[in-house]
Amino acid sequence: MSALAAPRLDTLEIGQIVADADYRISRDSLVRYAGASGDFNAIHYRDDVAEAVGLPGVLAHGMLTMGIAVQSVVDWLVDPGRILDYGVRFTRPVVVDPLEGAGIAVVAKVGALDREAGEARIDLTVTAHGGTVLGKAQVRVSLR
Amino acid sequence: MNPELQGRVFAPTDPYLVGREKVREFARAVFATNPINHDPAAAAAAGYRDIVAPPTFAVVVQESTLAQLLAEPDAGIDFSRVVHGEQRFSYTRPIVAGDELTATLSVTSIKTLGGNAMVTAESSIVDETGSHVVTASSTLVVRGDA
Repeated sequence: MSALAAPRLDTLEIGQIVADADYRISRDSLVRYAGASGDFNAIHYRDDVAEAVGLPGVLAHGMLTMGIAVQSVVDWLVDPGRILDYGVRFTRPVVVDPLEGAGIAVVAKVGALDREAGEARIDLTVTAHGGTVLGKAQVRVSLR
Repeated sequence: MNPELQGRVFAPTDPYLVGREKVREFARAVFATNPINHDPAAAAAAGYRDIVAPPTFAVVVQESTLAQLLAEPDAGIDFSRVVHGEQRFSYTRPIVAGDELTATLSVTSIKTLGGNAMVTAESSIVDETGSHVVTASSTLVVRGDA
């Protein structure tokens, strides 16, 4: 598919960490994502609305967390076209403090290898405020 | 929520033309730094016609299909009770600037679990030639009255 060099499947082992990245998001990031995605739900930028519906604070869009979480895998793959499938469960919201923002840590490990198909499954561990925020976050990639 | 929604297929959306600056805007918003997401020359060197959208960009096209679902008169979905439970993208190829994409929604599963309803909706996204690009699948949890 691509002229660019990809990571080699035969050098990978189950459990190997292929990417490890930390991100800091702020309220500005949420407004930027709202505009870029078209998701203008006010719980992502208004404290009063978040409070009125019983949330602990303004939350990051789940889709923003999902979008950020895969970026280190894209960089490792070099070519984004190598991603075949990407799925997550939203298990815990990311509260974004007006002053401090929130940190999102991503560790990407090899979860499964299919040498015949030329594919790997990369499992993401995504944490914020010390807890896991995405469940079953898996990226299936082609390394042909 | 109405269990008869299961299996329902909606009308295709109006074509969505993927703009280069929209892709860049989305890429900046999700902290995408890969040159293939920003620079047409880098994308061309990798074999693409124009810059490539980040993996989750398909949600922008999918969004109008979810709006169809929530607006369906007999669906009985109260948007203020909807929580996004799961999301998945299955690609045939990545989205590239210049694509003209059409999405068709089908409701693949409805389950009830402890007073909550879980609806899984799949949006099949095709390009201007009718070729499959990506299927975006969302599971929405509709909280009960409790």
